[in-house]
Formats: sequence, structure tokens, C-alpha cells
Amino acid sequence: MSEMQDYKSRVSDPASRKFETFSYLPQMTTEQIRKQIEYIVKKGWNPGLEHTEPEHLMDNYWYMWKLPMFGETDVDVVLKEAEACRKANPNNHIRLLAYDNYKQSQGTNMVIFRGKTV
Amino acid sequence: MAVKSYNAGVKEYRQTYWEPEYKVQDTDILACFKITPQAGVSREEIAAAVAAESSTGTWTTVWTDLLTDLDHYKGRAYRIEDVPGDDTCFYAFVAYPIDLFEEGSVVNVFTSLVGNVFGFKALRALRLEDVRFPIAYVKTCGGPPQGIQMERDILNKYGRPLLGCTIKPKLGLSAKNYGRAVYECLRGGLDLTKDDENINSQPFMRWRARFDFVQEATLKAERETGERKGHYLNVTAPTPEEMYKRAEYAKEIGAPIIMHDYLTGGFCANTGLANWCRDNGMLLHIHRAMHGVIDRNPHHGIHFRVLAKALRLSGGDHLHSGTVVGKLEGDRAPTLGFVDLMRDSFIKEDRARGIFFDQDWGSMPGVFPVASGGIHVWHMPALVNIFGDDACLQFGGGTLGHPWGNAAGAAANRVALEACVEARNSGRELEKEGKDILTKAAASSPELKIAMETWKEIKFEFDTVDKLDVAHK
Repeated sequence: MSEMQDYKSRVSDPASRKFETFSYLPQMTTEQIRKQIEYIVKKGWNPGLEHTEPEHLMDNYWYMWKLPMFGETDVDVVLKEAEACRKANPNNHIRLLAYDNYKQSQGTNMVIFRGKTV
Repeated sequence: MAVKSYNAGVKEYRQTYWEPEYKVQDTDILACFKITPQAGVSREEIAAAVAAESSTGTWTTVWTDLLTDLDHYKGRAYRIEDVPGDDTCFYAFVAYPIDLFEEGSVVNVFTSLVGNVFGFKALRALRLEDVRFPIAYVKTCGGPPQGIQMERDILNKYGRPLLGCTIKPKLGLSAKNYGRAVYECLRGGLDLTKDDENINSQPFMRWRARFDFVQEATLKAERETGERKGHYLNVTAPTPEEMYKRAEYAKEIGAPIIMHDYLTGGFCANTGLANWCRDNGMLLHIHRAMHGVIDRNPHHGIHFRVLAKALRLSGGDHLHSGTVVGKLEGDRAPTLGFVDLMRDSFIKEDRARGIFFDQDWGSMPGVFPVASGGIHVWHMPALVNIFGDDACLQFGGGTLGHPWGNAAGAAANRVALEACVEARNSGRELEKEGKDILTKAAASSPELKIAMETWKEIKFEFDTVDKLDVAHK
């Protein structure tokens, strides 16, 4: 058994903040993000993008990037929008959402680009 | 007008309550009983007796029967079927007119359906296998206070199962030490922690002190992680007055979710509490202590799928449903059957999953099934595959038993969960590639790596006692 480790998480350290689904995994690569968009499209959900300053991540409402991409099934188009959102907001967390209009909720929601936490 | 005359005495139940020609109405409540009769009684007679004793009938003719239109109110046995693979018993289907029951009262429905009839001498054993609640009746019930979608919005959890843990040891911790265990779990990455069912308000930890410390732990973990957290504060109490007092206090200090034991607490208390939660914007977690007494014997009692339907009507946002893979009872197909009954809007009859009737819930919200008991990181691929996103996975020992403590245990489970969801979304087969997926995730999570070393060999493979009825091969 290896040596016991301390759990490094501090209220005083902004880098300790998480941001829900997939925030305990390493930052996704572009290829991994592509797979998640494929999953959303295959489910028939509508992709959308939102971003926020990291210090306001607990708010329900982040800034919407344009409008949700209703009916968009081209993974490249979604990826390109995500890149555009990041370029315009390089310090912000950016999350990919999937609106499920039958359940009237979000099918999934994940931060795909992590902003500056310090 | 037909003239009926009064003849005192005992007549066969089947003359009045066996109607094989009866055309089931859309508004009828339908029940399927598994009947084990005493020797020498015909199936039709005993099925009719069950219909009679669970509706309008009694053992003898009474003159007051003639003061009402019995045809409008009586239950009718309308079909009999063999039980596959078991000659000692048979299925009897009974239709009850909706007017037999008070609107919105799970209490009233079950007082009839599983009342005196279960002690009836002509039966050796009786089991209520399934009940079809017509949409007309469903609409009279409040159902889950918030439901799956609302809970996701309140807790900000999307695209994955919720992750929880029951605090252990189940009895004996002081309130402050208990709050410590909660804080460690939540800061490590769990969404929710849970009071054990038998934690109410004992001398070693009175409810109010527990609520205060646990809420401080929850709020600090939220500040620290930036995520929404909750702890199911158990408000199950000796009296309804005391239950509401505790619920009010939980709301007052800002807790998002409370908890109730719906079988030991009772349907009346549960329905009232669910209504209170709906009025007060609170989530309600439901535990099912005593269910094993009622649902485990394959020949007597009530199948859990019926108890699950009762809870969905009475109201609850979470309900323990077994894990399929952990330490507690649960065959895969029937478990998936009642899991669907808890969360879907329309469930088709499917005998292969133990579902005897179509069930239409209309717009009634769904209940999160809770998989809890004897599960750890190695079970994660199977759990995500079996339950999908709309479930709450609770790792008690699997969190608190981590060699580095609760926070590390929580992080291990969270990493394992997210790795499985990410892999599933990417089109990988979880149960086949589980080991590879977890091993890869552990490369960037020392907490998961240690968890995988700690629990590697644990498996629970006892045979299930209550299996589906299937023909012998």
C-alpha cells in the first residue's frame, strides 16, 4: 500500500473549484470533445454553448454564446462555434450543453474549455 | 328494472365475482394476484373470493347489498393464468371500478387491495404481483414533489447519474463527528450524502444538532468545490407533528433535501410530507425499510414493483431500488422493470421483466432510482450501463472505506463515474471494457488507483431468492 496522501482542496484556492460533469477528469482533448458532440447529436439533442468568469461559476445562468444550435447535426460546425467562443472569451469557463426539448431539460452539460482560475 | 330478491345464506363467490367475459374499463384499477389456494378449492372460486374480499364482498349475503348497485362497485376476477414453472399457484386478474377508492389516497387503495383478503383462510398464500393504476386515478395523486428533471435543475447535475453515500457507522456518532464525515465526502466530489434510515433522533445524536452540523458541512463543501451539494436529512419521526417540525427546520436552515422511510413511516405520513415538500420547494429522498418483509417471499406479500408504484403516487423524488450488482437482493430483468416504472412516462406490459400491465403515468414526474449497498468503484461500469443517467448511485463503504479517508474515496468514485460516462458517450462498451476504462482513469487519479487496489476481489454472487416466474427448462 502506498503512502497516505492529503486531499488537496482549499476554500482559499480558486483552482480547487469544480464545475460539475467531467470536472474530475483531465481537460478533454479536441478528439474527446468531438466524441461528446457526436453523442449529443446522435441523441437528437440541440447543442448550445455558455461561458462565465470562473468566479461566477455557481450561478445558474452563464452568458449564452449566440443561440442554441437548433437542429445542428454537423459536429464540425459545433466545434467551430466552441472555438470561436473560446477565442472571444479566453479566460472563461465554456460549457457545452444539450437541450432535450422532450424532457424540457438538459440532456447533458459539460465544461469543455477551462478558464483561468487564478 | 331488474327485480332482485333477498335470500339469506352463503352463496359461492364465483356467482357474483367471477366474470371471464368482463371487458376491462380504461378507468379500472387492475390487479394481478399470485394465489396459492388450499387444496380442494377451484381456481375460479378462490379468484372470485379474492376479488370479493378486496372489494365489496363479505362471507355471507346481507340484505343491504340490495340497497346499492353492486355491479357498479364490485371487483371482478376476469382472468386466470398458470404461473410458469410453479404448479402450486396461479395468477388471478381482478378489475376494481375506480369509484371504490378515495381520490389521491394510496392509503385507501392498499387498505382494500391488501387488506383482510391476505388473511383469508381459503388461501395458503397470496401475493400482489402488479397493479395497473389508470391515468384517471394517477391524475388525482400528487406524485413526486419535484421529479427527476426539476431535481437536475435544482442541483445543476446533467448528463450523468447522481453520486451519493450513506454516512457510517449508521449509529453512534456524535453530531459534530457526523458532520465531519459528511463534509469530507462532499468536498471529495460526492453530490449527496445520506442519513442512515435508523438515524432519527437518538440520545447519542438529537436531530437538531445533526441538522446544524450537517448543513454547515454542506455549505462549506459548496464554497470549496463550486458545486451544488446536499445531505438527506432524515425527518422520519414517531409522530407526524414531529416529522413536520423537523422538515420545517431543515427548510429554515437552507437544506435542499430531506428524507423519509415510507413503509415504516406509513403512506399517510409519506403523502403528507410529499405534499409539504412540493409546497416548500424541497426534494424528498425515500428509503424503504421493511420492504424485504413484504416483498421477498415469492408466494406471499407484495412485489416491490407495486410498492414502487405506490411511492410514485404517494410522492418521493428518490427511491431505493436495489443495485443488481451489490450486496442486496435484485435480479437484473425485474429490477430494470420496476426502475422503468419509477421513472418513465409509459411502460408497456412485459412479462420478461415482470410487468403485467401497461402503465400510463401521464405527466406525473419520475422518481430517481437509488442503487445503494455493497457497491464500489469496480461496479461502476456495470452500474452506469444498467441504470443509465437517471439514477443515484450510493457508495457507502465504497467511499468511507477508502484507505485515505472519505474525501479520497469520494474523489475515486467521482472519477470512476465520470470516466464511465465519458467512455459510454464515446461509444465504448462499459461492461466489456470496464477494466481498461477505470485503469486509464486511475492514471491521473491516485485516489482511484488505491480504491481499485483495495476492492479488487470483492464480489457478491449469492443466488437471488425472489426470481421471476419462468418455466422449468
